[in-house]
Amino acid sequence: MGKRTGMEVAIAAAEAVALCRIDVAAVYPITPQSHMAEHLADIIHDGRIDAEFITVESEHSSISACAGASATGARVYTATSSQGLMLMHEILPIVSAMRLPVVMGNANRAVSGPLNIWNDHTDIMPQRDNGWIVMHAENGQEVIDMTIQSFKIAEHPDVMLPVVLNIDGFQLTHMIEPLEFPTQEEVDRFLPPRVPFATLHPDRPISMGCFNMPDIFMETMKAKDQALINSKKTIVKIWNEWGKMFGRSYKPIETYKARGAETLILTMGSMGETASVAVDEMKAKGRSVGLVKMRLWRPFPLDELRAAIKGCKTLIVMDRAVSFGGAGGPLGTEIKSLLYHDDPRPRIVNMIMGLGGRDVQVEDFIAMVDRAERKEDDGYEYYGVRE
Amino acid sequence: MNTITNFEIYAPKLVEKREFFSAGHRACQGCAEALALRLILKALGEDIIVANATGCMEIISSAYPHTAWEVPYIHVAFENAAAVASGVEAGLKALRRKGRIPDRYVKVVAVAGDGGTADIGLQALSGAMERGHDMIFFCLDNEAYMNTGIQRSSATPFMAATTTSPAGKAIKGQRTGKKNVAEIMVAHGIPYVATASPSYPLDLMQKVKKARAIQGPSYIHVLSVCPTGWRAASHEAVKLGRLAVETGFFPLYEVENGKYRLTVELPAKRRPIGDYLKLQGRFRHLDPADVEKVQALVDKEFRKLMHKVETSVPWS
Repeated sequence: MGKRTGMEVAIAAAEAVALCRIDVAAVYPITPQSHMAEHLADIIHDGRIDAEFITVESEHSSISACAGASATGARVYTATSSQGLMLMHEILPIVSAMRLPVVMGNANRAVSGPLNIWNDHTDIMPQRDNGWIVMHAENGQEVIDMTIQSFKIAEHPDVMLPVVLNIDGFQLTHMIEPLEFPTQEEVDRFLPPRVPFATLHPDRPISMGCFNMPDIFMETMKAKDQALINSKKTIVKIWNEWGKMFGRSYKPIETYKARGAETLILTMGSMGETASVAVDEMKAKGRSVGLVKMRLWRPFPLDELRAAIKGCKTLIVMDRAVSFGGAGGPLGTEIKSLLYHDDPRPRIVNMIMGLGGRDVQVEDFIAMVDRAERKEDDGYEYYGVRE
Repeated sequence: MNTITNFEIYAPKLVEKREFFSAGHRACQGCAEALALRLILKALGEDIIVANATGCMEIISSAYPHTAWEVPYIHVAFENAAAVASGVEAGLKALRRKGRIPDRYVKVVAVAGDGGTADIGLQALSGAMERGHDMIFFCLDNEAYMNTGIQRSSATPFMAATTTSPAGKAIKGQRTGKKNVAEIMVAHGIPYVATASPSYPLDLMQKVKKARAIQGPSYIHVLSVCPTGWRAASHEAVKLGRLAVETGFFPLYEVENGKYRLTVELPAKRRPIGDYLKLQGRFRHLDPADVEKVQALVDKEFRKLMHKVETSVPWS
């Protein structure tokens, strides 16, 4: 166990990337990701790691450059947020279809308009169906650990898929937390240099990115889906390996005082920390409330979710995004549909909250639990909106 | 005129015999873009990696599970060939330095059409050139979005009819002149910029070899006659390419460190533009007064170029 250092989480994310000895980074600055970009530039310009830093002219080019670099066999990193992620959108499904390992840190921020630089999950949700592994970190230590794990997962021969690690903008990126870094030797042992499956090189010329006619396209899509579903096994294996090495365990679904609780709150990302304090307060008053946290969003850990919520009567799904004109938040609608055939299944209440940096505090979680217990209809609800 | 006589005698000595862009691809009959690509790859040799934009050359060459490419090839999307090539170049550089790939120089090449260069790809191209990546960017310019059905681009010439700049009763085809991307590349201060044409194969290949030898960014703009989109006879593609040069519509020149030089000299009295236009259905709607307008534009652009040829000096 190393010593804990007080450090801003965005800076720590860049330090974790450096420990992974990346070969290429292509980054375009955007608030609130910018400290990650700046610190990574510092590290590379100071020669602390031997890597190429491509100062691209847009996020579209950063993800494109990552694709090109990954195709040569390099270990590749990028980071972005919100509008930047939206600009990458076109390229994201191509990177996963080409099975190119890329690791991305995404400092979650609201999508415009109106323009808003603060935290929610409206940037990552439209990227849900692009075939990337999507994970959410809850605190700074998880950002360090999961960044390092992400490279191992992305590059694993049984996976070969891009990974996006979501780090709540400001609420997490700009926190100063006591953090523990693994040593370089430990990371080297956990994460040896990438061994690519196929690369662009004249010694073995191959064509990457050939187009598909209708007679083969569906097979390609099914294979991609299967690859993402199969990746869960390896993700869990790598997390277990990490747990053994560093004593901090990671699971697709994390629980906090959830066993036997009648009401469960389900969160994703940094709000889990606040929700856990709310759970403690409610438990102290004798209420039967627990917490379930989604660490892995894609591939969706359905079995793990079922096990975590077993026996609960009410599941309150907290969404930090909206599916406009739809049946609720993306998390809420999906969990409802996944549990539809389960018997028994809990009553599911979907709350939309914390958009565009609206603060969600301990008392807000308590108020949402109160509201969910009183609520009579099944519709989703915005929490904390002035009418 | 630099016409080469007895080409068939010299050709085997001057041109690489191996094919890196193999036969059997799906290009239209008379496609000068495929011809340009074939010659470019012959001049580049095998130690290259190609990043190709979506477009005609990608679609005709890479229908899974087939490929016409005998060199390493990557296609990601339409507007990002220069960005993908930037990543490839950076990856190679880092891996070579770290001893993870053979210690051998490999040239990175980006290939895009006029849409993927002058329009949707301009930002990525500008970024890659400004950053100074060691790559050659080829614009294979067939003067419209041919792959999607002959829609105008900013590289479509003045008054040409396309499906989105039709020869209408009120508006007679393309309203603007051709965007001069080569000039934009010169403004980036890169060491080598050239225009070329597969109708002048030795000139084209010489320029490719020159660019290949440069450690840094270079740009070659290749006018690629498209019989399908230009409504021209497929057996006249090479001839049309020559006429584009001889009329001064598309002069062949290079800019080395800022110094302009015509690589195919033209007589003081150039062929009239009408000779070039009349072989193409896309200019069929032009009356004599329109031809005069086109001639005036060609003359103006040519004068501007000649001024640079006469007055420019190398940056270093």
